[in-house]
Amino acid sequence: MRYGLVVMGGPYSHQASHSALRFAHALVDRGHRLETVFFYHDGVYNASRLAAPPQDEPHLGDAWLRLAESQGTALLVCVAAALRRGMTDEREARRHGKPAYNVEPPFELTGLGQLVEASLTHDRLVTFSP
Amino acid sequence: MDDPQTMLVVLRHAPHDSSWLREGLDVALVAAALGQDVTLLFLGDGVEALRSGQQAGPLGQKGSHTTLDMLAMYDIEDIRVDAASLAARGLTVAELDWPVTPVTSDVLPGLFATSASVFNF
Repeated sequence: MRYGLVVMGGPYSHQASHSALRFAHALVDRGHRLETVFFYHDGVYNASRLAAPPQDEPHLGDAWLRLAESQGTALLVCVAAALRRGMTDEREARRHGKPAYNVEPPFELTGLGQLVEASLTHDRLVTFSP
Repeated sequence: MDDPQTMLVVLRHAPHDSSWLREGLDVALVAAALGQDVTLLFLGDGVEALRSGQQAGPLGQKGSHTTLDMLAMYDIEDIRVDAASLAARGLTVAELDWPVTPVTSDVLPGLFATSASVFNF
């Protein structure tokens, strides 16, 4: 089946990201396709390239990157939820006159329309909330 | 965009305390703008959003009433409110500023089961 995940919990603040990643690996192991992960609400913090967790903790950001590389999963981040929380890519940073950015591909800032689209085109859309 | 499906957006948080309500309503509006049939369900503390006189928060939080006023413009007309949540907070449908349909908890499982997608906020 074609799966999409919605992640609405911040990394290291809540279990949501850990659970979403575990579910992602489980469904891939079962032969399903994980096409999209959509980050919304505090879940947008998962997209930060600047996260530096202690070495004895799982690196959630790197885990998402590996998922995108190995499965071709699209990592979509709601642009409105991201910008108001200080999460921005290079283009938006320039547009808003910001001195730095913390979102890079494969994470992609996008609109809520992509979330609606995912709910229509995927067989399953599973939400992970705090 | 594919054929319209029924999308259920469940709002379970009061305004001001968090961005759950506002970001939930944003999903409903975008889905409606893209031609989906959206049903809103106010549940638990979410019913506080419908209380008359809710303004922008004193700490500068944006109020949600202006967004709720836009629902009709986006053709979101199926607005349901959990009757028990209302009663528990001393509210009646007549006091609310929007035309809502009260529902009892026994119909909620059916509402969730028949919606093509469910978003919980």
